[in-house]
Amino acid sequence: MPPNSRPGDAVFASVDRVNAELFTLTYGAIVRQLLTDFEEVDEVNKQLDTMGYNIGIRLIDDFLAKANITRCSDFRETAETIVKVGFKMFLGVTGTVANWNTDNTECSLILDDNPLVDFVELPETCQGLYYCNILCGVIRGALEMVSMRTEVKFVKDVLRGDDVFEIRLKLLEQVPEEYPYKDDE
Amino acid sequence: MIGVGRGPKQLLNVVDRPLGKGKNEVSLSAFAFLFSELVQYSQTRVDNIAELERRLEDAGIGVGLRILELLCHREKANRRETRLLGILSFVHSTVWRCLFGKVADSLEKGTEHEDEYMISERELLVNRFISVPKDMGAFNCGSFVAGIVKGILDGAGFPARVSAHFVSVEGQARPRTTILIKFAEEVLQREARLG
Repeated sequence: MPPNSRPGDAVFASVDRVNAELFTLTYGAIVRQLLTDFEEVDEVNKQLDTMGYNIGIRLIDDFLAKANITRCSDFRETAETIVKVGFKMFLGVTGTVANWNTDNTECSLILDDNPLVDFVELPETCQGLYYCNILCGVIRGALEMVSMRTEVKFVKDVLRGDDVFEIRLKLLEQVPEEYPYKDDE
Repeated sequence: MIGVGRGPKQLLNVVDRPLGKGKNEVSLSAFAFLFSELVQYSQTRVDNIAELERRLEDAGIGVGLRILELLCHREKANRRETRLLGILSFVHSTVWRCLFGKVADSLEKGTEHEDEYMISERELLVNRFISVPKDMGAFNCGSFVAGIVKGILDGAGFPARVSAHFVSVEGQARPRTTILIKFAEEVLQREARLG
């Protein structure tokens, strides 16, 4: 990798890509369908998180196979890798990490922009919707596959009038080499 | 009141923001994962294949209507096609290039029926990572793309029935996908009148 280049750029350049508008509008179609099916925004938030989780547990393989990274030494590095390499590789945008707590177990992932929300405006009836909640599920699912149980939630959302997207990421537990098979169905 | 004066992007009303050039990209994996969730979720809400295809088509229609509006603004200087061949070639080239990065492999007129047209694609993007289980018969995730095409045609005033079909090709392991467009009678009558 040439010096000065940001770590995610090379990865993003090397993977197959598609037009972001197709992605954005498809996501919009999914959210609309959920809103029609569930009516309650809280239920939609939950469903988006679940969909994200399903993606996350598969996406981590794709990430580890292509991202050309080494094992993260601590949770701080994990968070940096998510925003600098993970977001870049899949969504083409990078973010920053901020607001660490004193134990280094909780931080905020900040995104100025993300392709999910292009063309989007929340109507009055959907004010409680975390439109991009799928991202929380993705991060939670992906981290669970590398032995980290986390709690991930949106605390700021540009669509709700905030200045940035802020995702609060909290490490609950490091599960060493324990296979997280907990689907009981 | 929002949308007045100059301000950060998020304070502007969505229609006041500049329209992007449409050059941004995301990874194919991100799209494939998302699409797979759409299909899996839809599966939990239906009883049979026809309903599943209809749900995917419905999702596609929403995308198609928006793509039509977006591309008419951006690529066609706020005009849209009013003739049958014009709108078909718009779908086959402008829309396909925007969504899939290339024009469609072929656009043909049906030989048996005057009102049928077919757009074919050797490897439709949405089918790239999909293998259909044997017990699901002729199910084709291309229904989503058929929905996009239907959304565009309906939105432009060319109501049509649109469906996706696998067509096996000699010498190739995977079948190609053909999007079959059957225009409503009124569309053909109007065309005939316009001469």
